[in-house]
Amino acid sequence: MRVIEAILDVFRNPQFYSITLTASTPLIYASLGGVFSEVTGVVNIALEGIMLMGAFVSTAFAYYTGNPWIGILMAMVVGVGIAWLHAWASIKWWGDQIVSGTAIILIAQGITGFLMKPVFGQVGQTDLEKFKMIKHITKDINPIIRPIKLPFPENSFLGQAFGTISPLVILAFVSVFIGWFIIYKTTLGLRMRSVGENPEAADTLGVNVYRIRYFGVLMSGVFASIGGAFLSVGDTGIFKELMTGGRGFIALAAMILGNWNPIGAMFASLLFGASEAFANQLQSSKLIEVSSSVKPLFNMVPFIVTLIVIGGFIGKTRPPAADGIPYKKSE
Amino acid sequence: MEKYWGFIIPAVSVIVALIIAAFVIMAVGKSPIEAYAIMVKGAFGSSAAIVNTIVKTTPLILTGLAVGFGFRAGVFNIGAEGQMIMGALTATAVGINLGWAPPYFALSLTIIAGMLAGAGWAAIAGYLKAKTGAHEVVTTIMLNWIATYLSSYMVQVPLAVGSGTPKSPEIAPSAKLPILMKVGPMEMSAGIIISVIAAIVMYVLLEKTTTGYEVKAAGFNPYAAEYGGISISKNVTMSMAISGALAGLAGVVELMGVHHRFLGTLSGGKGFDGISIALIGQNHPIGIIFAALLMGALRTGSNEMQFAGISKHIVMIIQGIVIFLVAADRIVRTMILWRKRKKVKA
Repeated sequence: MRVIEAILDVFRNPQFYSITLTASTPLIYASLGGVFSEVTGVVNIALEGIMLMGAFVSTAFAYYTGNPWIGILMAMVVGVGIAWLHAWASIKWWGDQIVSGTAIILIAQGITGFLMKPVFGQVGQTDLEKFKMIKHITKDINPIIRPIKLPFPENSFLGQAFGTISPLVILAFVSVFIGWFIIYKTTLGLRMRSVGENPEAADTLGVNVYRIRYFGVLMSGVFASIGGAFLSVGDTGIFKELMTGGRGFIALAAMILGNWNPIGAMFASLLFGASEAFANQLQSSKLIEVSSSVKPLFNMVPFIVTLIVIGGFIGKTRPPAADGIPYKKSE
Repeated sequence: MEKYWGFIIPAVSVIVALIIAAFVIMAVGKSPIEAYAIMVKGAFGSSAAIVNTIVKTTPLILTGLAVGFGFRAGVFNIGAEGQMIMGALTATAVGINLGWAPPYFALSLTIIAGMLAGAGWAAIAGYLKAKTGAHEVVTTIMLNWIATYLSSYMVQVPLAVGSGTPKSPEIAPSAKLPILMKVGPMEMSAGIIISVIAAIVMYVLLEKTTTGYEVKAAGFNPYAAEYGGISISKNVTMSMAISGALAGLAGVVELMGVHHRFLGTLSGGKGFDGISIALIGQNHPIGIIFAALLMGALRTGSNEMQFAGISKHIVMIIQGIVIFLVAADRIVRTMILWRKRKKVKA
């Protein structure tokens, strides 16, 4: 009974909703990136690697320049660079898209680990104070993007849950709307979808299949890298090795569950984010005593939820018909 | 020429990757020649180093076979890591309770338990793919994380022993693999024999049996195979289970031959290495043995490099570049053919 009470208590706590937003934001960005890529017919499991690079690059630039927004900007540039690598292999060279994605994840994990010492002067995870000591920096550095205040009454439920919020969270929802608008309401979007459904027909009608696919994959680099950067400069202000921890794949699951639609993917991301927030809040609940050795069981929750949802619902969603199939233009 | 592509593409990919990695090493102000010399010496420079390399290679052959078998059957088993953990974890639970049993009984029971656990864990993903179409890349990654956290809980609570690093008790002496060779502190167990036998079994299964034919047919062209009377959904689940059994066996030999107890670091990315190994070995059992040896040598050698101030993450970068080039093998083909064409012109 105490457990049920603790569960209800989690849902009554405004903190649960604010953590849900924080946990969902990286997934919203990355799954939106996934949609952009797969709608044009290129499977992009490299999201995990692009996110990791985004988190690394944004932290590095935030530490060196003292401005986390420059970090975000550089993360986007690097994200597009890695996404281009994936696009080049899968579009130009007809490579196996899943294997290429795996390769990029490995390269990202390797490079971020390899550069920890040269860039931050320490391995494992960054520590701003130690970094300043090693690099002889004396000025103040704020590595986290400043949250903004929304006009909710301070003591109200909404005020406690959403009163102080990162601009990146708001930008995530704006991006989803813009993404949906581009894909479903513009000529470009129509071309993207036609290239993903039937590239031969699109080609016959004069659509440049390769260029549209490049656009889709590069956009996935933009969004996935912001999603990764949110983990560091948007939230904690530190970079940890392998800190994305499978979120790129949860974002892929969100994209599938959301039926390759930006808005659907957003709701799925919120569901997965809520499951992470739920596990997080329940294990620190004061109503039940959770010893630290049981915590791994709580950490399993988001992954189990994803597995069940993806195993149970996926038959009802449909990927773009040419998703994952290289387009071989006949000469 | 076409006959040799299977060998040329991975070989050229490895060389190109080593060259690119050399530039990465240079970029952080170290000498790549020195770094590679340390690496080779660390992997093959002494009898202890060679034994160490073989010990590192042993589970890698098995994870390589696991992923390679999956590729042949048309499934991408990216979850060898989790299956390896579940195999080792289950083998631990069985192995610590077999003090009463004679070795042949304890050994076979522990091995079978671990293989079944790996098979079952992978079969979840296979079943979901067959029933609902859930892509195995997403489901096996989720299963990896669940296995990681589950094992972390198991060695902290139900199977915990001692203090400090969470670990399980040692398995019964009768469940430890016999030692073939001992050089200094390095022990080489019979695990390497198990790995090589597994490679031979996979070769025979794929090339000489009806099941193997069906698996390959289903992997090559599922629609044609279905038309020819092969059940794809049965094949997907079975292929994943066999792949998982091999990954589970990797966990078992690591447990019974090296650590003799479950530790959080037991799998340590070896399941993911299986992907590179399968691709470098072109999913052929013999190729996989050599690719595993290459990766085992890189892993052993990179430990030495770490002492010389070069992060062992360089191995991941090398692996990533190799996989990238194998994925887009037309890049390598074009590179080679372009050189040839230039020669012809000159």
